Amino acid sequence: MGKQINVALIGNPNTGKTSVFNALTGLNQKVGNYPGITVEKKEGICKLPRGVKAHILDLPGTYSLNASSLDESVVIELLLNKNDKDFPDVAVVVCDVENLKRNLLLYTQIKDLQIPTILAINMADRMTYKGISLDIDILEKELNTKIAIISTKKNQGIHELKTLIADYKKLPVTPCLNISVIDPDYFKSLEDTFPKQLLYKLWLVISQDANFGEIERQEFDALKDFKTKSKADLKRLQQKETIKRYQFINNVLKKGQLIDLSKAKDLRIKLDRILTHKVWGYVIFIAILLLIFQAIYDWSGVPMDFIDNTFASLSEWANNVLPSGPFTSLLAEGVIPGIGGVVIFIPQIAFLFFFIALLEESGYMSRVVFLMDKIMRPFGLSGKSVVPLISGTACAIPAVMATRNIESWKERLITILVTPFTTCSARLPVYLILIALVIPQGRIFGFSYQALTLLLLYLIGFGAALGAAFVLHKTLNIRSKSFFVVEMPNYKTPLFKNVAITVIEKTKAFVFGAGKIILAISVVLWFLASYGPGENFNNAETIVSQQVASQNLSEDELNQQIASFKLENSYIGIAGHAIEPAISPLGYDWKIGIAVLTSFAAREVFVGTLATIYSVGSDDEDTIKNRMAKEVHTVTKAPVFNLASGISLMLFYAFAMQCMSTLAIVKRETNGWKWPMFQLISMSILAYVVALAAYQFLK
Amino acid sequence: MSVTLADIKRGEKAIITDVSSIHIPLKLLEMGCLPGNSVELVQVAPFADPMYLNINGSHLAIRKETAIHILIEISNG
Repeated sequence: MGKQINVALIGNPNTGKTSVFNALTGLNQKVGNYPGITVEKKEGICKLPRGVKAHILDLPGTYSLNASSLDESVVIELLLNKNDKDFPDVAVVVCDVENLKRNLLLYTQIKDLQIPTILAINMADRMTYKGISLDIDILEKELNTKIAIISTKKNQGIHELKTLIADYKKLPVTPCLNISVIDPDYFKSLEDTFPKQLLYKLWLVISQDANFGEIERQEFDALKDFKTKSKADLKRLQQKETIKRYQFINNVLKKGQLIDLSKAKDLRIKLDRILTHKVWGYVIFIAILLLIFQAIYDWSGVPMDFIDNTFASLSEWANNVLPSGPFTSLLAEGVIPGIGGVVIFIPQIAFLFFFIALLEESGYMSRVVFLMDKIMRPFGLSGKSVVPLISGTACAIPAVMATRNIESWKERLITILVTPFTTCSARLPVYLILIALVIPQGRIFGFSYQALTLLLLYLIGFGAALGAAFVLHKTLNIRSKSFFVVEMPNYKTPLFKNVAITVIEKTKAFVFGAGKIILAISVVLWFLASYGPGENFNNAETIVSQQVASQNLSEDELNQQIASFKLENSYIGIAGHAIEPAISPLGYDWKIGIAVLTSFAAREVFVGTLATIYSVGSDDEDTIKNRMAKEVHTVTKAPVFNLASGISLMLFYAFAMQCMSTLAIVKRETNGWKWPMFQLISMSILAYVVALAAYQFLK
Repeated sequence: MSVTLADIKRGEKAIITDVSSIHIPLKLLEMGCLPGNSVELVQVAPFADPMYLNINGSHLAIRKETAIHILIEISNG
């Protein structure tokens, strides 16, 4: 067994690169981040013929080596830095068979770096349908490499690709274009100064402002003398280079590709007529959103009830079977309800990611960008802001990262600032439990009131995002050049495997990411709720017995009185009472106040906190929802969760910026604390005011 | 007055004659928006903006404000 081969998968967006990655690695993959930046790094292991192993790195999709975003610069940085541990022994450029001409541009650039490069022509199943025929022998000869014809959909060509990777040492490294033709004098002087360096590499460093690998950087520092060319000159040369590359590609394709348009059937045109129609396009878009929310609400009810009941009986089991003591009580009242508070949202989050993956995979998302651009512009946003706003319904963190392809800084900043208003999956737990408690059941036109309330909350989220964007657009004084280029990919039937992997990966990330915080907070809360300072807490039994001596209570009632007295005098009870004056105008009691406070770390903590607070001191094991429904005001005996307080809470959660991870990501993407702090303060104030108004109006 | 890509009508085909490279992002050039290449308007969004184009076999959408920097010659109506 030799050493592991480093393979880099490179390709334009929408070429099915990720499908190829999934086909090569299966579930043998891990997703992380590049050090110091939040670009997703996907890598995996693939077994090749003859027992060779390959480390496969799925690089972010890019149209060329001239990087225009952080994601794209990852690609060029790696390819220029021979000392990087991931530097590829062989590159695999994945192309879409329908778009060979444009896809080959990137191929020629990588080939010119003199890295062995395999061309993987994907989506071969569409060739006959599109009237395309290829002469592989000629293409291989003209492009100076080996070609694998792949169909990830039909699972064809993957084995051939693996064989080619294993044999990468046989690949020629002759470049496609002699870069000096675009300006012979300039490149001659460059060559004289750096006789050892590859000219194209030098050119890439000169023509763009990317950050390249540490060690190579030192060698290139002397290059500064050469940066005499103006930006306009550089751009003219880049244009010339691009034209030269296309000349080469056109020449190759003239010999090796035949497209018979009479055989081509174009589903795209027919679908686009409807899906981007000025009326039907929007109707369909809204219908799709409605369907998604209905699905999240209706379909996940059964598994959620099941999980809720399972954890309730698990707590009961722990209480009954284990010897009583602080440990059992921590387990039954802190840890188990805490974990239950996370696990219960798996069905909904999985559904949400499932639908978002479908929209992305099918190519529909680009149509939404196209439809929405003009509508978003008066708000200072771009059509591309729609993708972060929609994926913000899953989680604001990837959504904020998805703003990177927005070219204008002002549009991008506004999108980042307003994205946390969209209803992320962490708000879902809060909404769902409150809706179940305070919104009556019943249906109108087949949609339940509860589902419609949820839809309304989502609309409020989007509305708040747009409103805030409008205000920011009018007040932020940033001038930045905006331009807008969106590829409209072909419609594709989503591959089940890709969708499934996305759903599993994202759900796992949610459960473990949020789960850790929730579990930790649950344990701390249990401690704070189970212990208290001073006489009142320690002598609860005696005090309560004396107080109610005349009332002739049953033993159960007496125990309950003692438990609630203890809770009120525990550490958390004292803290809760301290903040009560601030929150009682919103209709919340001190227990809800604690939950609101703890959920500043992460919204989904709310339910877990209530679950922990309510289970401490209650004997009978019950579901979280039933416990909340039973809560009554100590004085008035009216239910704590009624229409007014429920709506006030939902609105509070709709507007408040309660997610430390989002703040951290915004800090990273905007390079400082200024914008995340602005977000935190203004959103919190807005949430308080709106919740206050709602409660005072409804009560 | 010269015809720009912003003037193209739906279903019309044209050849790009010149691009003002200062105003056009490199990315658009690399996607095939270069002199000599063909361009066709596939669809316009409501309010006639952005424009959904087929440039040299690539399907992409750009805004009108970018399209005015691309000169074209209509080849059939």
